[in-house]
This record gives sequence, structure tokens and C-alpha cells, in this order.
Amino acid sequence: MIQVEHMNKTFKVARRSAGFLEAMKALFHRESETIHALSDISFFIGDGEMVGYIGPNGAGKSSTIKILSGILTPDNGTCIINGRIPWKERKEHVKDIGVVFGQRTQLWWDVPIIDSYELLKDIYEIPTQTYEENLTELTKLLSLGELLKTPARQLSLGQRMRCEIAASLLHSPKILFLDEPTIGLDAVSKLAVREFIRNQNKRHNTTVLITTHDMQDIEALADRVLLIGKGTLLLDGSLSDLMNHRPKEDATLDEIIATLYRDYDI
Amino acid sequence: MKKYGSFFRIRFINGLQYRMAALSGIATQFIWGIMEVLLFRAFYQASPDSFPMTFQALSSYIWLQQAFLALYLIWFWESQLFDSITNGDVAYELCRPIRLYNMWFVRGMAVRLSKATLRSFPVLFFAWLLPSPYGLTLPDNWYTWFFTLLAMTLAFLLVVAFGMIVYMSVFYTISSQGVKLLASSVSEFLGGAVIPLPFLPDKIREVVNLLPFASAQNVPFRIFGGDLVGKEMYQSLLMQCFWLTVFLLIGRAMEQRALKRVVIQGG
Repeated sequence: MIQVEHMNKTFKVARRSAGFLEAMKALFHRESETIHALSDISFFIGDGEMVGYIGPNGAGKSSTIKILSGILTPDNGTCIINGRIPWKERKEHVKDIGVVFGQRTQLWWDVPIIDSYELLKDIYEIPTQTYEENLTELTKLLSLGELLKTPARQLSLGQRMRCEIAASLLHSPKILFLDEPTIGLDAVSKLAVREFIRNQNKRHNTTVLITTHDMQDIEALADRVLLIGKGTLLLDGSLSDLMNHRPKEDATLDEIIATLYRDYDI
Repeated sequence: MKKYGSFFRIRFINGLQYRMAALSGIATQFIWGIMEVLLFRAFYQASPDSFPMTFQALSSYIWLQQAFLALYLIWFWESQLFDSITNGDVAYELCRPIRLYNMWFVRGMAVRLSKATLRSFPVLFFAWLLPSPYGLTLPDNWYTWFFTLLAMTLAFLLVVAFGMIVYMSVFYTISSQGVKLLASSVSEFLGGAVIPLPFLPDKIREVVNLLPFASAQNVPFRIFGGDLVGKEMYQSLLMQCFWLTVFLLIGRAMEQRALKRVVIQGG
């Protein structure tokens, strides 16, 4: 379970206008602004829940994920995941979680995927039997087959993403954080990934927190939606709660979300 | 320990696959070594007595330096590490149940060792075939071999530990260019990569000998050639241990401070 209470995180951002004169000025005096990436965020996610985490660009979604996975330290507030504080007990904490950052890669560029997996096996100290079982299951569900013998650099984005997701699940994590896992995927891969995540949740009772801009991901995966905007949590409810913000009868999910963003002025 | 072993293995295997790079490296090092030996021969012919090392010891020094370039050359940076810090891919490494410093330290060792494995033997063999005093002269006692290996290991760890400080510094600056450039040129001159340290003027040499860079390749290569013996050698070995400890402590402290305030930007 994930329990977050009154969490805040601020960043300093350097700002200046365009132009040579402005650049010269910045040599002597930097203007920086404090951005409240997260302000007073609280939520609770129980075991086995699938939660969609949505919000416009720059709302603080990724920051939350990074704090929950122990990479960032919040300014204040508490966060307890399975009895641990992520950034204080980072090494113990990360054994229990799997993370996919849709825009980054964890696979070794020049070696076949399977070599990267073997390395993860040793890093996470996964027992050989568990590893074999997980690998067989992942290979089947995500149709990795031949991909495993190919170096990461020679895979397409969608193929690589499937390998990334498998890589994050080899150690059977109890909690899965997915930061835009379907970015850049084709229709087939998207469906495969969604299907797979649903399955994981059903079979292993994995808790899933997913951020995405693809509303179909939310529709397909999330029982519950957290809406964040300008660093504050605006809505915590089911998909049908979202539907109440529907501007017209036959509005698409994207239109509903857009209205929602407008309603909350974010 | 196993995770480090396997981390070492994957990086080592990875390094072995760049065959063309190794071949061209070997060719460069042959030619560079020959040129350097010939250059010094001209100097020695002019006045053999005004040099601090025997020509034989110098030749051995040059050949060892060329053969083990990959182990001791500070500027063999791993651009992947710099990139992963600058572009944020380091996020994934922070999601592993393993300490970043240790992981990268092992990685640094593996990269250098895999490069050296491919390159050192042909160069050493070739140098061994060369007629004395131009080639590699092997020491005739086990004592020298033992201390050379010991000093080589210490120097190798020292170089990797120094590299770690440079990598960690990128957490604090946005661009790694400046640090890299400074670290490369300073360490190369002060470490005896340009000319062996005994060739420096006395006063300067005394200072340089106390600096950490003198504890890298300078020590093992001179022990091997019989230029560094007795009390002076033990002192040098102690200095190596001292600087290695200092570098490890600095690097690890920098890592811990950096991770407390790390910000992974964008996405």
C-alpha cells in the first residue's frame, strides 16, 4: 500500500527572456523562480489497485512517481510504501517496486536484451527458478521471443518498450510505477501492453500506478483516477466520476479531460 | 558480491566486442612507443649521463605505458555515464537495490580491464622481442614482479577512483567539458604520462611526487624497470594507499550529497 500525506516539492527554475542583452544580464544576475511541483498532495492506494494518474503537461506527475520510487526527496510531508520511506530506505524499497520511465531506457545499448535481463537477475538477486518462470511468462505475454537475442539499439521503439516493461517485472515487484508506458507505441503494441498490465494485476495482485496522456490507457486500465494540476490533487475518483464532467452526450474521453482541465482552470 | 561480479562481466563482454577499436589502438600504441623510444635515444646519445633513468629502464617505462594505456590513461572517459547524468537516464540506476558509486566503480574497472586485455598483450610481446635496450627488459627477481603487480593494482584503483570523482562532479555542474579537460591535462602531466616524473627538475619533482597523480602509473612502471627500489619504493606504495583512500572517501561523499539533492528533469 502507498500512503502519501501532505507532500510538497519545489524546484528552482532559471528564467530569462530571449536576446543577447538578456543573456549578458544573466551573467551577473540570475532570476530564478520557485515552482511548486507538488503542493500538499495526499492520497492512499491499497494493494492490488490500478490507479491512473493524469494531468496536463508539467502538472507534477513524473515528480510524484520519482518521489514514490525513491529517486527524489520531497521538501516535506510523509510517504510510506509497504512500511518504508522510499528515499530513506532506497535500496530495500526498490526491491519491491518496478518502474518504467517511458522516455528513458534501462537496457544496455550494445548487448542482446537477454544479457541485460541476466544482469538484472543478479542485481535484484532473483532466485533462478523465479527468474525462469517470470521470463517464460513475460516472453509469452509480450511476445518477446526473437527480440531477446537482439541488441537493444536494433529494436524499434515499440519492441524496446515491451522489453523495458518486461525488464521492470523480472523481480516480481509488488508495486509497478508506469510513467507513460505507451508513448510512441503502435496500436498492436499498445493493446498488448495494456492487456499484459491488466493480467499482471489480476494474477499477481500487483498495485499499478500509471501516468499517461493517452486516455484510452486510463479507460482500459484504471479503476480509479487521480487528477493533478499545478501541483495540487484536484480529483480522486472513479472513471464514472470523470464522466460527470462530460460537456455533451457523445463526448470522447479526450474532450472530457480537456473540459475537466478547463473546469479546474489548469 | 555476485551482483558486482555480474555487472563486471556484462561490461567486460561489452568492451571485448569493439575489435576494430582495439586493432587501431594497438597500431597507434606500437608506433607511438617506437617514436618515443627513438626520440629519447637521440637525447641519450647526446649525453647519456645527464638523465635520471637508464635508457633501458626508460624503454621499459614507455612500453608498459603504451601497453597499459587503457588502465592508466585518465582521459578514457565513459561518455555514457556523463550522458546518463546529464539527460537523466541515471534515474533508472537509482531504482536498483545497489549503491550507485559501487556499481559505477565496478563498471569503470571492467571497461578499462576489457580494453587493456585486448591491447596489452600484443604490445608487450612486441616490445619483449625488441633488442635491448630498446625493448622491454624483464626484471630478474620475483620481488620486483610482486611489487610491480601490487603497485599496478593500487594505481589502477586510484585511476578509477579519480574518475568517479569526475563523474560525480557532473551532478553539480551542467556541462562536463570543463572538468574533463582540466582533469585530463593536469593529471596527464603530473602523472608522468607526457614525460616520466624523474625527468622533472628537482624542486618541482619533490612537489609533484606528493601529489596524487604521481601515485598512478609512475610507481609500477618505475618499479618494474628497477628505477624505484628500497625505501623510496615503500614510501611510494604507502602514498598510493593514502591517495586511494582519500579519493574513495571524496567520491563517496560527493555521491551521497549529490543523491540527496538530485533532480531528474523532464518527463
